[in-house]
Amino acid sequence: MATQHSRSAARLMISPAVLLLLGWMIVPLAMTVWFSFLNYNLLQPGPRTFAGFSNYYYFLTDPAFFTAIWNTLVLVLGVLAITTVGGVLLALLLDQPMWGQGIVRILVIAPFFVMPTVSALVWKNMFMNPVNGIFAWIAEALGLQPFDFLSQAPLFSIILIVAWQWLPFATLILLTALQSLDSEQMEAAEMDGASALARFFYITIPHLTRSITVVILIQTIFLLGVFAEILVTTNGGPGTASTNLTYLVYGQSLLQYDVGGGSAGGIVAVILANIVAIFLMRMIGKNLEN
Amino acid sequence: MGKISLKQVTKSFGDVTVIPALDLDIEDGEFVVFVGPSGCGKSTLLRLIAGLEDVSSGAIEIDGVNATEAPPSKRRLAMVFQSYALYPHMTVRKNIAFPLKMAGIAPDEQERKVQAAAKVLNLTNYLDRKPGQLSGGQRQRVAIGRAIVREPAAFLFDEPLSNLDAALRVNMRLEITELHHSLKTTMVYVTHDQVEAMTMADKIVVLNAGRIEQVGSPLDLYRSPRNLFVAGFIGSPRMNLLTGPSAAAHGATTIGVRPEHLTLSRSEGLWPGRVTVSEHLGSDTFLHVNAGDLGTLTVRADGEVDARHGDSVFLTPQTGKIHRFDADGKAMA
Ligand SMILES: Nc1ncnc2c1ncn2[C@@H]1O[C@H](COP(=O)(O)OP(=O)(O)O)[C@@H](O)[C@H]1O
Ligand SMILES: [Mg+2]
Repeated sequence: MATQHSRSAARLMISPAVLLLLGWMIVPLAMTVWFSFLNYNLLQPGPRTFAGFSNYYYFLTDPAFFTAIWNTLVLVLGVLAITTVGGVLLALLLDQPMWGQGIVRILVIAPFFVMPTVSALVWKNMFMNPVNGIFAWIAEALGLQPFDFLSQAPLFSIILIVAWQWLPFATLILLTALQSLDSEQMEAAEMDGASALARFFYITIPHLTRSITVVILIQTIFLLGVFAEILVTTNGGPGTASTNLTYLVYGQSLLQYDVGGGSAGGIVAVILANIVAIFLMRMIGKNLEN
Repeated sequence: MGKISLKQVTKSFGDVTVIPALDLDIEDGEFVVFVGPSGCGKSTLLRLIAGLEDVSSGAIEIDGVNATEAPPSKRRLAMVFQSYALYPHMTVRKNIAFPLKMAGIAPDEQERKVQAAAKVLNLTNYLDRKPGQLSGGQRQRVAIGRAIVREPAAFLFDEPLSNLDAALRVNMRLEITELHHSLKTTMVYVTHDQVEAMTMADKIVVLNAGRIEQVGSPLDLYRSPRNLFVAGFIGSPRMNLLTGPSAAAHGATTIGVRPEHLTLSRSEGLWPGRVTVSEHLGSDTFLHVNAGDLGTLTVRADGEVDARHGDSVFLTPQTGKIHRFDADGKAMA
């Protein structure tokens, strides 16, 4: 890629892919922006009139909006905390030589292959159900009152379900990072008198920071858009207790048939996601540099 | 103090015995080099002493105290690894101070010791850099610095120079030897390079397949190798080994003559032959001579000797410089 010629040839060759992707992204985005400025409700026939910023005004002043932002934040941070801490611990465990290592590793990665709707339904009906669920059964066996997870702690339950899905991803990335740690470094630290705990904090964790940032970045992008798990379990409720931004937009446009309001919400979500992404990229760029 | 004794130490990985029963005494203040071909168990032996591997049987004593079960950190030994094993996310200062920090030494005392070590090793200007920003030789020095601040009973080096280029290697060899003279601490040094062994050691331990072939000073091993393995391993270029009638003439199964103990002549001598390759090093010339039934012999001649491929020459071994070996490869008196 050194000469002028090869560089322009390269640009020419990647241009079809870039144009296709750009179109793929720009067309829906432009339509969403357009709709967000219209009075466009599927229940109201007649011409779609220009609405100015009123869609945005109603969306942003809706009390549900702030609950949704807060819920999104709690959901993302909660899942990130569980998956990174749990991922590091699981990776440490799986890195130990043991019998049946290959099979255990495949089992650990399995949740990642289960579709979000399916895993959420499994959790809802087989684990968290207050009558038939395993947790209820355990509680009863211990002589306790069964806990109705999805109605008493809806957001926490969803965090649990989503964390279960993403834990394998974090574990896998952190495990490969752990395996790339030079064993002589560990031995040097051992000879330098570092205890197992000191070795973990002074050698292992610094070695893992890069992978942890990658895990956080990738997961954040996906976690901002969690939807299926909420749809099949709590439907955002009770009230708005487990409504995140994505679900709020869905409710606006498809439950209330307000396409204009939903589009405005979508644009707000896109802007917020970009702010988060820029912030993360800065942080990670710094972390990945050296 | 740093006296290390190995008593009937063995090491097996599963069914494979890497070190059969081995006894060895390393005296306080000695510079001991373990030398042997790759895979002969040098690193394993060093790691047994360090405590990074458990012995399969036998005992290790450090200063008369049984340390067989002691963890690495309790043996008061410092190790310099082949890969340097520096902590990449810490500055040079923090790398060197790490063992002090782990020992709970006060920060200003740490700084004082780091400065002292950095001065000895010419690292003062690099203390705030990360290992990734240093050259190979500097990294090596940081690894040594991290070892000396602990003031250990003995230093363990595992092929510390093998990742350096030739010129730097000669330099570091001198620096490590000087360090030994100034610290007077026991050093155990592992290498596969017999030149390093010869130039640095007070005492060389020649290992072959986990067994000790011979222990002695460099000149002992050079003058009187105890068997064919040591004879072939120590000395560069290798000793010429001859079998057949020429050996029988000396009442041995094999005789050995070092290249520097053969006299070269154009006109007369014991063994005639033709030059195949001549290597001119400037100070010396090494001639590879095809001597018919005797095989190829190497001879060290004067640097000015202008012999070429195909020249006919005569070689004569110097009297009293012939090593004789019996059918088992053992040296004969
Ligand atoms: N952890 C281990 N597991 C099994 N075999 C090993 C292990 N470490 C070393 N060995 C074997 O022990 C022998 C000696 O290895 P090593 O001490 O590293 O040799 P050297 O340092 O002399 O080159 C080699 O044959 C090697 O394959
Ligand atoms: Mg080795």
